[in-house]
Amino acid sequence: MSWRRALYLLPLIGFIAVAVYLARGLAPGYDPQALPSALIDKPAPTFNLAGLNGEARLSNGDFADEVVFVNFFASWCAPCREESPILMDLSRRNVIRLYGIDYKDKPEDAVRFLQQYGDPYRRVGVDETGRIGIDFGVYGVPETYAIDRTGRIRWRHVGPLTPQVVQNEILPLLKKLGAS
Amino acid sequence: MIIELGHFALILALVVAMLQAGLALTGAARNDAGLMASGRIAAMAQFALVALAFATLVHAYYVSDFSVANVAENSSSAKPLLYKLTSVWGNHEGSMMLWVLILTLYGAAIAWFGDAMPPRLCARVLGVKALIAVGFLLFILLTSNPFLRLSPAPEQGMGLNPILQDPALASHPPLLYLGYVGNSVAFAFAVAALIEGRVDAAWARWVRPWALASWCCLTLGIAAGSWWAYYTLGWGGWWFWDPVENASLMPWLAGTALLHSAIVVERRDTLKSWTILLAILTFSLSLVGTFLVRSGVLTSVHAFALDPRRGVFILVLLLIAIGGSLALYAWRAPALEAGGIFAPISREGALLLNNLILATCCATVFIGTLYPLFLDAVGGPKLSVGYPFFDRTFVPLMIPLLIAVGIGPLLAWKRGDLLGALQRLWAAFAAVIAAILIALYLSGGGPVLSILGIGLAAWMGTAALAELADRLRLFRAPWSEVWRRGVNQPRASYGMTLAHFGLAATVAGIAASGFAQQSIAMLHLGEALPVAGYTLRFDGIGKHEGVNYTADRAEFTLLDRGRVIAHLAPERRFFPLQQETVSKTSIHTNFLADFYLALGDPDGKGGWAVRAYWKPLVPLIWIGGVLMALGGAISLSDRRWRVGVAARRAARAGLSASRGRA
Repeated sequence: MSWRRALYLLPLIGFIAVAVYLARGLAPGYDPQALPSALIDKPAPTFNLAGLNGEARLSNGDFADEVVFVNFFASWCAPCREESPILMDLSRRNVIRLYGIDYKDKPEDAVRFLQQYGDPYRRVGVDETGRIGIDFGVYGVPETYAIDRTGRIRWRHVGPLTPQVVQNEILPLLKKLGAS
Repeated sequence: MIIELGHFALILALVVAMLQAGLALTGAARNDAGLMASGRIAAMAQFALVALAFATLVHAYYVSDFSVANVAENSSSAKPLLYKLTSVWGNHEGSMMLWVLILTLYGAAIAWFGDAMPPRLCARVLGVKALIAVGFLLFILLTSNPFLRLSPAPEQGMGLNPILQDPALASHPPLLYLGYVGNSVAFAFAVAALIEGRVDAAWARWVRPWALASWCCLTLGIAAGSWWAYYTLGWGGWWFWDPVENASLMPWLAGTALLHSAIVVERRDTLKSWTILLAILTFSLSLVGTFLVRSGVLTSVHAFALDPRRGVFILVLLLIAIGGSLALYAWRAPALEAGGIFAPISREGALLLNNLILATCCATVFIGTLYPLFLDAVGGPKLSVGYPFFDRTFVPLMIPLLIAVGIGPLLAWKRGDLLGALQRLWAAFAAVIAAILIALYLSGGGPVLSILGIGLAAWMGTAALAELADRLRLFRAPWSEVWRRGVNQPRASYGMTLAHFGLAATVAGIAASGFAQQSIAMLHLGEALPVAGYTLRFDGIGKHEGVNYTADRAEFTLLDRGRVIAHLAPERRFFPLQQETVSKTSIHTNFLADFYLALGDPDGKGGWAVRAYWKPLVPLIWIGGVLMALGGAISLSDRRWRVGVAARRAARAGLSASRGRA
């Protein structure tokens, strides 16, 4: 086979490579929503972020001795709109202490986003460059982390929260971590 | 009983599709006219059967037959008739039915116009199309059957997602599918040509109208989808680089490349194997898009109900269709080469540049969309890819392409004169400078990229017109001569001018997004809000009852220095069945700028959150899309494609071929 003929094989080889990845995506164990985090049970990365819309800064110190949830979101993120009603409900009923981190986003867009879909957060930190997202290992927005009283990450959810996730994971987790 | 009839018709359609594939491909291999003719009849029968099946499903929605599981899950009796009918494709099963309906519609159309084509090519195309139909009919019947009954039948259905109850979104899937699935025609032509081992100018002339028709539909479909996002999502964004949006953009980019490279095959008999590859890839990307949307491998706001079995089924379909055609390509394409040679600076060179850039853009979107899957597989750092990635890769790639769009049509075939072409574009250079200065002045020094974008749009728009003027010898020849040239100009060239001009309009609209001004405030009754030099007055708020929702409807008046320009009435609609609130924005447009108003939450003390935007030139995004599609349609009406002409040329080609053999 001459090199010229081999050239015509390239598209096929490229496709097979892609197909392998697609097949992996379908494998029974693969769930795009449940990604293992290397940080589970490890201390949360330290951060100190500017507050959104002139609010006070957000840092680890704000979480002292509380079970808190940190939600990474962005105005450009379509699934964030989808989970917004669930976050609003959780914060309205005071089920969880929820903080937001605005990820790779323009602060003014985020302000608009929260004005439209509601602001469920106690406070929002701005991670415009995505630096803190890297430290947390954010895979895609929205993503939610639970941090326990000692400042360790205990739970992580990738993708929008659903009523099932709240019922089957968040509520049992709260019981386990003994949040008041 | 009716729905069972539809189920039966769909099974029959599967049998007919299998027959069609067997008869047509065997007929072509043996050069048996009878078998090939029966393949054409089968294609029409297959369409009739699928149309019957689809009609029974529409009927079930029309009469709200909740004993059909699909209807019960996706419709309700308290809903406007239009949305009862569009619910048919507002769910997975129904939208796959629409997919197959359009697939068989194209098949029947090829069979109908088949007289003009060489019978063996026609038979092979129909055979390949039938194979695709077999795959998708099996997919519907085995994993996504909309004809299943529910016992006992519920009193009321669960209703359609409120966000889908909208006229633009009702027309979006059929247009998109006409485009997506239309790409299967070019694919079938490519595979048929590979089987036959021959690609020539005549082949390109037959395939191009189909590619053009599906491209027009895809353009309109994408435009409708983004327009919907713009006025529904409530904060003025119109493109989110969501996986599902990307799934429609990728075939559009590849299809645009295909349209241009097919011209080279037709005129210059070269770039043949590349064009074949593009035809295969365009449809492959449509299939991969379907896979991404249906399998749930990537999370997206658009994703339908997920079922892993479906994902596996589509993946197997992908392996057979794409893997099979690419293997055929690797085997047969090396024999296709040869054809005219050309200098780098020439019309062919410009079209090749267009192809390379579009292909790279397409690859970028592909990588960005599948990035999460790739990264996870290699265990790399987990990073997300959102608009920051696309802004930094896609935009810089597009800029040289947009510059080249202005120059390419002025270059001659084989060997072009770049300097001469640039000299003929003096008007476009002047327009760029004028546009940039005007944009700077009006925006008071807005974002750099937006100003540059306006300059680029002026360049393309003026260059498209300058090229037309050049061809007509406007201002250089007497009027009678210009008129004669204008009349004799092929429609395809007017189509090109209009499509390139439309692209310029779209680019201007996108660039001008950076100039938008906004005001957000908590307003009480009677208060006014200044926005971009206008005044918005809050006149009233009241309850309003729709067929299946209740709404808060606010009344606003838009004033320009005391003069009333428009009355606006944004709403917040609450759908009790789904317990969801949907914002209905109110937009006042003069086609050069939009005044965009959305109603937010009340504060409970008489104040309402109000978001108002003034968006100059933004309507051009969609006007440009419509112009591009219109340009395609005009090109499609060129007499060169008309059946009679093609037939005469085919007869002549056949004659010379037989003479050659003798």
